Amino acid sequence: MTETNTAPGPGAGGKGRMATFSFGAYVVAAVNNGRLFAVALSDGTIRLIDSETLDADSITVRAHDGAALSLCADIDKGAFLSGGDDGKLVRIAAAGTTEVLAEHKGRWIDHVAAHGGTGARVYATGKEAFVLGKKPGIPARQLSHPTSVGGLAINPKGRRLAVSHYNGVSLWWLGAEGAATRLEWKGSHLQVMWSPDGDYVLTAMQESSLHGWRLSDGEHMRMSGYMAKIRSMAFTKRGHYLATGGSERVICWPFTGGGPMGKAPTEFGGTAGAPVTAVAAHPFHDVMAAGFEDGTLQMGQPGAGGGAKLIMKPTGNGVTALVWNPDGDKLLAGTENGDVHVADFRPT
Amino acid sequence: MSEPAAPSASGAIPVTVLTGYLGAGKTTLLNRVLTENHGKKYAVIVNEFGEIGIDNDLVVGADEEVFEMNNGCICCTVRGDLIRIIGSLLKRPGKFDAILVETTGLADPAPVAQTFFTDDDIKRRTKLDSIVTVVDAKHVEQRLADSDEAEEQIAFADIVLLNKTDLVTPEQVKKIEARVRHLNPFAKIYHTQRCDIALDKILDKGAFDLNRALELDPCFLHGHAFDATHDHSHDHDHHDHGHDHHHHDHGHERDHGHGAVNPLHDEDIRSISMSTDKLLSPGKFDEWIGAVLMNEGQNILRSKGILNMAGSDKRFVFQAVHMVSEGIYTGPWPAKDQRRSRLVFIGRKLDEAALQKGFESCVA
Repeated sequence: MTETNTAPGPGAGGKGRMATFSFGAYVVAAVNNGRLFAVALSDGTIRLIDSETLDADSITVRAHDGAALSLCADIDKGAFLSGGDDGKLVRIAAAGTTEVLAEHKGRWIDHVAAHGGTGARVYATGKEAFVLGKKPGIPARQLSHPTSVGGLAINPKGRRLAVSHYNGVSLWWLGAEGAATRLEWKGSHLQVMWSPDGDYVLTAMQESSLHGWRLSDGEHMRMSGYMAKIRSMAFTKRGHYLATGGSERVICWPFTGGGPMGKAPTEFGGTAGAPVTAVAAHPFHDVMAAGFEDGTLQMGQPGAGGGAKLIMKPTGNGVTALVWNPDGDKLLAGTENGDVHVADFRPT
Repeated sequence: MSEPAAPSASGAIPVTVLTGYLGAGKTTLLNRVLTENHGKKYAVIVNEFGEIGIDNDLVVGADEEVFEMNNGCICCTVRGDLIRIIGSLLKRPGKFDAILVETTGLADPAPVAQTFFTDDDIKRRTKLDSIVTVVDAKHVEQRLADSDEAEEQIAFADIVLLNKTDLVTPEQVKKIEARVRHLNPFAKIYHTQRCDIALDKILDKGAFDLNRALELDPCFLHGHAFDATHDHSHDHDHHDHGHDHHHHDHGHERDHGHGAVNPLHDEDIRSISMSTDKLLSPGKFDEWIGAVLMNEGQNILRSKGILNMAGSDKRFVFQAVHMVSEGIYTGPWPAKDQRRSRLVFIGRKLDEAALQKGFESCVA
């Protein structure tokens, strides 16, 4: 596929083309669950897009009075969880019906995470993370932290939870009571993630750098030199590279042979001046898609020469969310002004 | 009622920071900002969610979480909760046109101010408009005696509301005002009762933005402009807040001689003003002020200056919160102006002789 112009309206979708939806509000997050894409917006709605029928209209779900703040795939196919500044944790079924699973009046639900394998569901408001129990609305467990939660991530096996906050990360076992293991590092830790093998925990920090811990020995990783805050990071499917935003090129840290300590990153793609704002790993190739602050979309292969294929020319609307469908033949990009582009890579 | 305020020139969203000791009258002022028709829609970030008696979806509770930036600079503390909340608010263009941040009575205002200089997104999309400190005239002396925060809040202010002046005698008001002035020579001071001030006097003033402050008040930072602005409304029964005409700028010839320090009290915090008619070297000044802020930035709460640099017809305006500083060339000097360089430091343990000597060494 080569670049195509963005066409207005969902009707422009189809094979080898780009479908564009204009939702009119800042795209906060986008995820997939099976064939459905869900897009969370700052107007409190969640839009559901069927990746198989891009010509069809999206479904508008009025999930929150205010803004949606967080979004993830729920534990069963086609459903999603969203958190909002109305204090509600909402489950959205594939048909677009909603159910309020928890409510905290006057608070913001900043983070949600779920794991289909073990059925773990977690959300956070302020300093507290809640693990949802079997009965909706009753937090089975409340996990307290010294400061506000910056991010949540469940490990690949679905049994351990990493919670980032000021001065480090707390690791909790989801299936057992007990205190958290604390990974310490001074500063404000925001987004947190696990490596696909579960051996590393990484955080994006307020100071435009990455921090990481190797769990086997507690070894620290400091990855700096970024021009902007790192808003997005993703491991390639097999975990060989961690691709990160925050620079004019996609910065990829090698995680083979003992981790990135002491190694230089490889880079690919890039624009003149606009930092990478979103990255998304292809579901089964070692390919990474990248969105930029000027709206450019590219994709490339970390460690394979630095070149990148242009998917979309700059639009002027920064890319805020980027996600592939599970088949890896469609890529959805959400932007600051609410335009959502879905590139369809199926052969025509 | 006041005219809707003009949008800020840069399109950045103006942010007003409201500080003041417990019970000084912040909540009264907040409720007025939320209910009065002042032409702007405010998103309000409060520290105690329950205190505001208004159900408004633009009121957000904050946790006052301060953290140290991991860059080795001890005074680069910022409010992470504000970064998060404002970051989210900025995703909702059109919902509001200004932000007001309330701090608790015990808060140090520095991390709030520094937040607006250190986070890239916030720096790009918002503009710190002014720091407004509400001072309880009846209790301020006690507060100053027993708390560092009360001092700091006054020292940091761009605008001071000397509130509850009806509860003290005119002599006491004078004394308190002198005390406030001693801590902070550049703040505008208003006398109020129940915070009864026209809101356009404190909102969207660009008081923090030195450049804009100069446009609004060319005498800002001049020795003779270090006067209180008095509210002459003595009618205690008034509940109509459109009292613009009662607020007169007074020309008290209070003597704040250049380079002089007012040795009124034994507070830790004091201010030092210095000035010169000689042209300054931009390179020398840059080097000197950089070193001063690096070495003494922890003790220097705020600094502001208007400087006459060699090689430019424009005024160079400089300001800093602790070590975080900005300096830019602005418009030309007013014709009537004497092109005099002036610099003010507010802080603790200031070595006046050394600062004076350093300032003089910047002469081109």
